Amino acid sequence: MAQHATTTHAASDDHGHGHGEHFAHPAPVWVLLGTFGALIFLTILTVFIADNVELGSFELLVSMGIATVKAVLVGAFFMHMFWDKGFNVLVFLSSLLFFALFIGFALMDSYETLPNVSDYYKR
Amino acid sequence: MATVTQKQQLFGHAPTNHYLDASRGVMSWIFTLDHKRIAIMYMYGVILSLFLAGIFALVLRLELYTPGPWFLTSAQYNQMFTLHGAVMVFLFIIPSIPAIIGNFVLPMMLGAKDVAFPRLNLASLWLYWAGGFFFIVVLATSGLDTGWTFYTPYSTTTSTNVIAATLGAFILGFSSIFTGLNFIVTINTMRPKGMTWFRMPLLLWGLYSTSIIQVLATPVLGITLLLLIVERLLKLGIFDPAYGGDPLLYQHFFWFYSHPAVYIMILPAMGVISEMLGVHCRKEVFGYKFIALSSVAIALLGFLVWGHHMFTSGQSEMASLVFSAITFSVAVPSAIKVFNWLCTMYRGDINLSTPMMYIMSFIFLFGIGGLTGLWLGALSTDIPLHDTYFVVAHFHYVMVGGTMTSLLGGLFHWWPKMSGRMYNEPLGKLFCLLVFIGFNLTFFPQFIMGSLGMPRRYHEYQAVYQIYHQLSTIGAFTLGIGIFGAVMTLVYAWFFGRKASGNPWGAATLEWQSSSPPSFHNFEHRVIVSAPYDFSSVVYDESVDGYVPVVPKREAAPAPQPTPAPVSN
Amino acid sequence: MATTNVVRDEYSELVDLEHSHDHEHGQFIAHHFHSAEQQFDSGKLGIWLFLVTEVLFFGGLFVAYIIYRYNRPDVFIDAHHHLDTLLGGLNTIVLLFSSLTMAWGVRAAQLGDNRTTAISVLATMVCAALFLGVKAVEYSHKWDLGLLPGNLFSYDPLAKHDHALISNYLVMLCVPFGVLLLGFLLGAILNLNTGKKLIGQFYGGMAITMLGYFAGVGVGVLWMATMTPKHDSHDDHHAAVVVAADAVRPVVFSADDAAPKVETAVVDGAAAAEAPAGSTAPLDKSLGVFFSIYYCMTGLHAVHIIAGIAALAWIFYRSLAAQWRPDYFGPVDFVGLYWHLVDLIWIYLFPLMYLIR
Repeated sequence: MAQHATTTHAASDDHGHGHGEHFAHPAPVWVLLGTFGALIFLTILTVFIADNVELGSFELLVSMGIATVKAVLVGAFFMHMFWDKGFNVLVFLSSLLFFALFIGFALMDSYETLPNVSDYYKR
Repeated sequence: MATVTQKQQLFGHAPTNHYLDASRGVMSWIFTLDHKRIAIMYMYGVILSLFLAGIFALVLRLELYTPGPWFLTSAQYNQMFTLHGAVMVFLFIIPSIPAIIGNFVLPMMLGAKDVAFPRLNLASLWLYWAGGFFFIVVLATSGLDTGWTFYTPYSTTTSTNVIAATLGAFILGFSSIFTGLNFIVTINTMRPKGMTWFRMPLLLWGLYSTSIIQVLATPVLGITLLLLIVERLLKLGIFDPAYGGDPLLYQHFFWFYSHPAVYIMILPAMGVISEMLGVHCRKEVFGYKFIALSSVAIALLGFLVWGHHMFTSGQSEMASLVFSAITFSVAVPSAIKVFNWLCTMYRGDINLSTPMMYIMSFIFLFGIGGLTGLWLGALSTDIPLHDTYFVVAHFHYVMVGGTMTSLLGGLFHWWPKMSGRMYNEPLGKLFCLLVFIGFNLTFFPQFIMGSLGMPRRYHEYQAVYQIYHQLSTIGAFTLGIGIFGAVMTLVYAWFFGRKASGNPWGAATLEWQSSSPPSFHNFEHRVIVSAPYDFSSVVYDESVDGYVPVVPKREAAPAPQPTPAPVSN
Repeated sequence: MATTNVVRDEYSELVDLEHSHDHEHGQFIAHHFHSAEQQFDSGKLGIWLFLVTEVLFFGGLFVAYIIYRYNRPDVFIDAHHHLDTLLGGLNTIVLLFSSLTMAWGVRAAQLGDNRTTAISVLATMVCAALFLGVKAVEYSHKWDLGLLPGNLFSYDPLAKHDHALISNYLVMLCVPFGVLLLGFLLGAILNLNTGKKLIGQFYGGMAITMLGYFAGVGVGVLWMATMTPKHDSHDDHHAAVVVAADAVRPVVFSADDAAPKVETAVVDGAAAAEAPAGSTAPLDKSLGVFFSIYYCMTGLHAVHIIAGIAALAWIFYRSLAAQWRPDYFGPVDFVGLYWHLVDLIWIYLFPLMYLIR
């Protein structure tokens, strides 16, 4: 990869646009590769756990936990949230907050109504 | 060296080369990226929808004049109220203020040339047309009789054209999302130097809060309607108890969007009122920060209360309790706004213009609409009142008395900017009065008959309710004449009105620093940013027959002496 | 009068400032932005907001999934026999790899290295198409078995499943990609021969992308072929379960409230105790709802993959045209963010659908 050479080449192409380059934050190669390695490892791990470890009711919790770790890795490094403006990160995380709200209230209602529904069917 | 003519060109009535004249032909409008033209084109669609759905409403009211069936069959009656609701909600109220006033004014308030994504803005407009087209398909085919909420299981079994209507609403949802996204980005990244968050005009706070809801809630409507369409096509069973599905889940989905959508309808209206109030009272808006932040508070609280639409539909008691409690908290920021508006008017130099009259009727009507909401938010009183005319009256006081009133007021206020012409003041006031009287005559009797037990959506009723229905019908026609007259006043002004200067009201926000109508790029000069309600930043200038901004005396940056450096060129 | 003159001078200064400002605009900066950075920041915030809408759009389906799983855990435990973990895992890895190549492409664009960007984006598109190919094999296999959504669900565990390896449904799913492949190949050859290098390379890249789809189909079919014995054992296990359940089937259809409990107990003794009797719907009818949710979620995800390929094609073309510079790489970044989100959603879909035990 002749990336350093191309950088200088691009810079010399730049006709007097000295400003503006500072908003690019290229992720280091080792970070990209490391993230990918970790993601693959976690994928194999979660399949392994599902097939070989008896977790009972914790199963969903564990697999969702691993998925969340993977999601954080993708978000932080592939999606550049690690280097991004705080506001953009806040915007994205707010979507998760509102999703949690949605699922929280809906699940709470489901939890509360389920006995009523079963009672109705028993009658 | 600036001359009087140049000043007239900058701040007066622009005789040529304004945005309406910049290019000609139908194509120059359909493919325009200019936010001002897009706003005007939205206006055609929105006003047309208002008239269409208004005619449905008048047909309904006429039918209800007698207790028995008159000229509509029950099936036709169901179609009428459904189409009235669906067209009003999806094609009129939700786009109205953001799409017309927001699109026109928002970039100009920021001193910008356009919104952040002009192509996306045009795409929103096209999606609006596409959604409208599907509603026309509904009208041309078997119609729609589900009520605007499309509740399952009826909506999955009725033979009317639910798919076209939901597809239309789905597309309109995306139009709304893209408008919201555009506004958020524009406000975030395109504010001029010197305009901090708390020096933004209050309309922008209103639109910003609205946009947050549009971006966060509308996608859920999208997926809900998509599921409904697939449910009808393939019988998915997700909402069908015969398959182990849950019909209540549909209502959770629907109201997760549709309750916040109520605030999509009212927040921009509140923004318009806050914005106009300072100008027409010539007084700095009282409690600026509280009005601004209460908009955001309403937007966020709006996500926590959707279950109050489901008190009687089999929702659990626990959920009803929680939702009811949170519902009352929305009253706090709403009341903060009303009190601050009243304090702004107090000892203000009130100019009783048409927009000011709309402002006052807004405060009155929204007050009634908001306070009656407390009866419906309280569990014990909601049980007898739900699905009666009390509910109908309540949300019409908020939606029509609130949103439509402030839309009309806003159109009168910004009409000189949009068209470059002044409207006829006595006519404007007359029709405002007619709207106010007609509105109250229509909906106040509905509170009474609702509390007496008249259910909503009934085609026939007992004779005891007839007097209220008759009053309501008479009021509806008065209201219809009022709205039609107000719109005609504006149309007449567009062609024959007196020429308006750039800033006829003496407002201090940036959009008034352009000529009327503005040029294609909005401003032919650099805008001067001052506090939005600092009315000493504009002075009356006879040569343009309006107000011009005062250029602040500049001081050399690190002033060595206290003497201001004279500006020379 | 003197003051009026001063005022007029100041206004003309405002005008002059505005006009002198206009010349600074570069080729890629839209007229309403002041600088490349303002334009980039706007685009970036815009795409993040768009991703927020996507999260909530998919969020609705996740809510439907969770509520239904909460109401009927028995259905979900039964359903996992019908999903192939290995194909799902393979697709997960393919998507993760495509995310890596995408991130690599963004990095290259930020450095102004257009050639690397083009190659990375092409790799991303190939992975996307490969994912779709594997998915097509999974879908067509299920359709053959009658594992269809809701009312269409017609899976009969007792029937013999000696279906053809390459089903008719799979052929149908391959037709559009085949047509596109031929079209792109033809376009590439014609344009490269007439010396139109840019468009020729673009068509060539798209043809390679379509080949990726067929590679995915090939891998999927091969896997199905080698795993047939094991797969049958899956079916056998399930068949045995339902043979027992079949004995109570008449009761199930009489919609007696005891019936689902009986059947749950047969499927999984442990689940029976916690399975709430929230509904009288029999298991096989409810299994159709699981597949409703499965098809809605994976189908919507597949639609996003297809849209992603279209967006990536646009980036690929512009990379070939060497349009990225260190101060102008926004579109690569924005499409990249979208692509990573599609990957993120799959990261959750995979355990939720394939790893239920």
